[in-house]
Amino acid sequence: MTNKKTKNVFQSGAITSEFIGNSIYKHQTKTSIGAHNIFLGQVRADEIDGKTVSAIEYTAYEDMANQKFHDIRESAFAKFDLTCMHIYHSLGTVKAGEICLFVFVSSPRRKVVFEALEYIVEAIKADVPVFGKEIFEDESHQWKVNS
Amino acid sequence: MQIIIKYFGQLTEITHIEEETLEVSGTYIYELLETLYRKYNTLKTKDFQVAQNQELVSKETKLTGAEIALLPPFAGG
Repeated sequence: MTNKKTKNVFQSGAITSEFIGNSIYKHQTKTSIGAHNIFLGQVRADEIDGKTVSAIEYTAYEDMANQKFHDIRESAFAKFDLTCMHIYHSLGTVKAGEICLFVFVSSPRRKVVFEALEYIVEAIKADVPVFGKEIFEDESHQWKVNS
Repeated sequence: MQIIIKYFGQLTEITHIEEETLEVSGTYIYELLETLYRKYNTLKTKDFQVAQNQELVSKETKLTGAEIALLPPFAGG
């Protein structure tokens, strides 16, 4: 199921629960799958110096980011016995409480999906050139850094 | 040689542009950076990595003429 062509992982704005639900629904025809695992990254309303984050505005070095997502996908398929894998990341404004990252892995067996999902999410956080501007309620901002 | 340079995230608050093409005379990435530090005073105080042709490179890497990008800390997910 590896796709040699580089896909566009980015979506404009938040990833909706309808989109996520529909993705799950589409896998009903893939009956060799016995286990799915899903990671959803949600924008947190962090309080910093008395101000609360109301949204994150995401930008990316899109060509390099899509290449990195592709490399992560290839390496995950090589490492783990996965039936399929999907990654979606937001660009633009995502409000606190909304979903900005959706990673979906599927395999015949459960143990694989736990390991694979963690590997993929950590690789995304470390290797993909995505930038986040945390917008506060008073419209000031600071730049997010992954810890 | 002419090189396209792209800026991202908080670095665009210093450069006020996202992309430019510069005539570069140096051989190494660090020589290009010295030019950029002269052009943008506060750039030197910022934390960033350099990508050449979409791959992260060290400052001692030779310039190939491919696109350069200055990338502040990643914040995906």
